[in-house]
Amino acid sequence: MRFVFKRSYDADIGLFKHRPQALWYLGLLVLVVALPWLVDEFFVGEATNVLIWAIAGMGLMLLTGHTGQASLGHAAFMAVGCYTCVIMIANGVPFLLALPLAGVIAGLVGVIVALPVLRLHGIYLAIATLAISVLTEDFIVIAEPWTGGVVGLVAPPIVIFGLEIDRYGTPALFYFLTLAVTLVVLAGYRNLLRAPLGRAFTALRDSEISAQAMGVNIARTKATAFGLSCGATGLAGALLGFYAGAFNHETFNLVLSIQLLLMIVIGGLGSIHGAFFGALVIGFLPQFIALVRDGISGVFDLGSVTIPGIESGIFGLILVGFILFEPTGIYGRWVKLRTYFELYPFYRKDMFKRQKSFLKTERMR
Amino acid sequence: MSLLVLEQVTVRFGGLVAVNDVSFHVGEGEVFALVGPNGAGKSTVFNLISRFYDPAHGDIRFREKSILGLRPDQVPALGIARTFQNIELFEQSTVLQNLLVGRHRHRRSSLVSELFFAPQVRSEERRHRQVVEEVIDFLELQAYRDKTIAGLAYGVRKVVELARALATEPRILLLDEPASGLSLEETQDMIFWIEDIKKQMGITVLMVEHDMNLVASVSDRVLALADGKELAIGSAQDVQSHPAVIEAYLGSGGRAGHDG
Ligand SMILES: Nc1ncnc2c1ncn2[C@@H]1O[C@H](COP(=O)(O)OP(=O)(O)OP(=O)(O)O)[C@@H](O)[C@H]1O
Ligand SMILES: [Mg+2]
Repeated sequence: MRFVFKRSYDADIGLFKHRPQALWYLGLLVLVVALPWLVDEFFVGEATNVLIWAIAGMGLMLLTGHTGQASLGHAAFMAVGCYTCVIMIANGVPFLLALPLAGVIAGLVGVIVALPVLRLHGIYLAIATLAISVLTEDFIVIAEPWTGGVVGLVAPPIVIFGLEIDRYGTPALFYFLTLAVTLVVLAGYRNLLRAPLGRAFTALRDSEISAQAMGVNIARTKATAFGLSCGATGLAGALLGFYAGAFNHETFNLVLSIQLLLMIVIGGLGSIHGAFFGALVIGFLPQFIALVRDGISGVFDLGSVTIPGIESGIFGLILVGFILFEPTGIYGRWVKLRTYFELYPFYRKDMFKRQKSFLKTERMR
Repeated sequence: MSLLVLEQVTVRFGGLVAVNDVSFHVGEGEVFALVGPNGAGKSTVFNLISRFYDPAHGDIRFREKSILGLRPDQVPALGIARTFQNIELFEQSTVLQNLLVGRHRHRRSSLVSELFFAPQVRSEERRHRQVVEEVIDFLELQAYRDKTIAGLAYGVRKVVELARALATEPRILLLDEPASGLSLEETQDMIFWIEDIKKQMGITVLMVEHDMNLVASVSDRVLALADGKELAIGSAQDVQSHPAVIEAYLGSGGRAGHDG
């Protein structure tokens, strides 16, 4: 068991709780930076994929996990980021400018979209954002002169100061680019959470009334959360476009929106870790499913028969499993495990039980 | 000087007149209590002042200026802080984080500076933290600092809510039933705290409370309401022995005299 002695307020304001934790993350950073030298090209590509999911996951986590606003439309903002980035590059904007601009544009679109739906809560907000996802898909088809319609677009090569980065030609470089974006988004996210605005986000999530009574402007704070969230998601969308090489309206369909939401639920709502755990699950799920499928085919001797929809099926099963047995997601499970070992042998089974100690009888509104 | 003035305020919910032509003023440095049977309109008065409800007519002035044009989130900036009758804390956050949200009205940093955690943000954080630690010391919440609200007992939550309101560094504190559901000792602590808040911190207190023992020990003046109407105003003894007040409590069959 570890006791953390704090000698100044900075101990809480700092990025890490204690030195061993900082070393831990440093080690992790070294590992991810060294990854291209440790594994083969295929795996580097997979890792890149996971990072892209993680960026989008952080975007959605900020909105849903920390601000409490469900969104079933985040694929739309990935699309905005992707198309704007590629269209800008096609018009001669250098990549290093186009990528952040794409994020900013996606963020602004997020704010504009957020304004009319700010008053909606829970399931109604989910439905409104779902509609946004569907509409965006249609819009991409209609806006053919820019988006290429159903045919879609092909991502141009990325050029940074004469250095050409290509997902297949130079997978390690593309991995590093994605890693850099991941780290920038992560740093901003982490900083925000230890600053007043991040606390205002969680305050909104837990009680709008008392957040207001503490001086938090609900509409503006929600719009900011939407903007930041959609901005990060837009960055992920742009990277996804380059990762996929070619994309059209179906790349950013409703299924992607749903997958994003499921990812953060499985990873663990309300923590940045959750976005990364979720990204790992989503990123490696296809391989896992392939394994399971081969296993099943082996046992039942199905030969080359494919089972339609098995991917969604397994995905759904995992999700239902989490909601039933571990609503706090993988991160929640990890925290419990860690506490168990830290406190061994003093861990109590009901340590993480919530105390229901009062009734909400009087609610305003 | 009167810090807070309510002038002939009326609130209607459909056909129900929850607050009926109520006027009173709270002086600077005073502890002012609102009492009355259930449904008298006490919490409604609080929700009016914190701008969650709009009056049908009447005016509310804080430091001579009408606050009716303000949104609820603009009220704390004036130095008006409140607690809720049924505790509205940020359940998934720690006590420390809850109190730090109380500092929101003192936020000066911008979105961009916070994304980079600029030096200015850090120094403001230190300042917020210092104020919050003083409140934690005052209300003896040290043991709960890093505990999540969801796991705390009712009595502690009540204190955390008071702490969060104090962390805003208010001029006036609106306490909605600060002692309801508290044990005898906890109520005794609450009495001491309210006295200190008034005397040492110089904060004006407007509170709603059913526990007449607490009301009598701390308040300078008491206003009794029933069915939205003013019944009597004056010292705790005067109000308690006022025939209209006794009548109202007996009539409601409710919580007369000294219950909690
Ligand atoms: N939002 C609302 N909509 C409709 N009626 C309301 C609303 N808020 C309060 N009321 C009604 O107004 C009246 C006064 O309510 P209020 O909550 O102010 O009472 P109170 O004096 O605080 O009582 P208690 O001691 O039970 O807290 C009650 O009849 C209540 O039902
Ligand atoms: Mg009340």
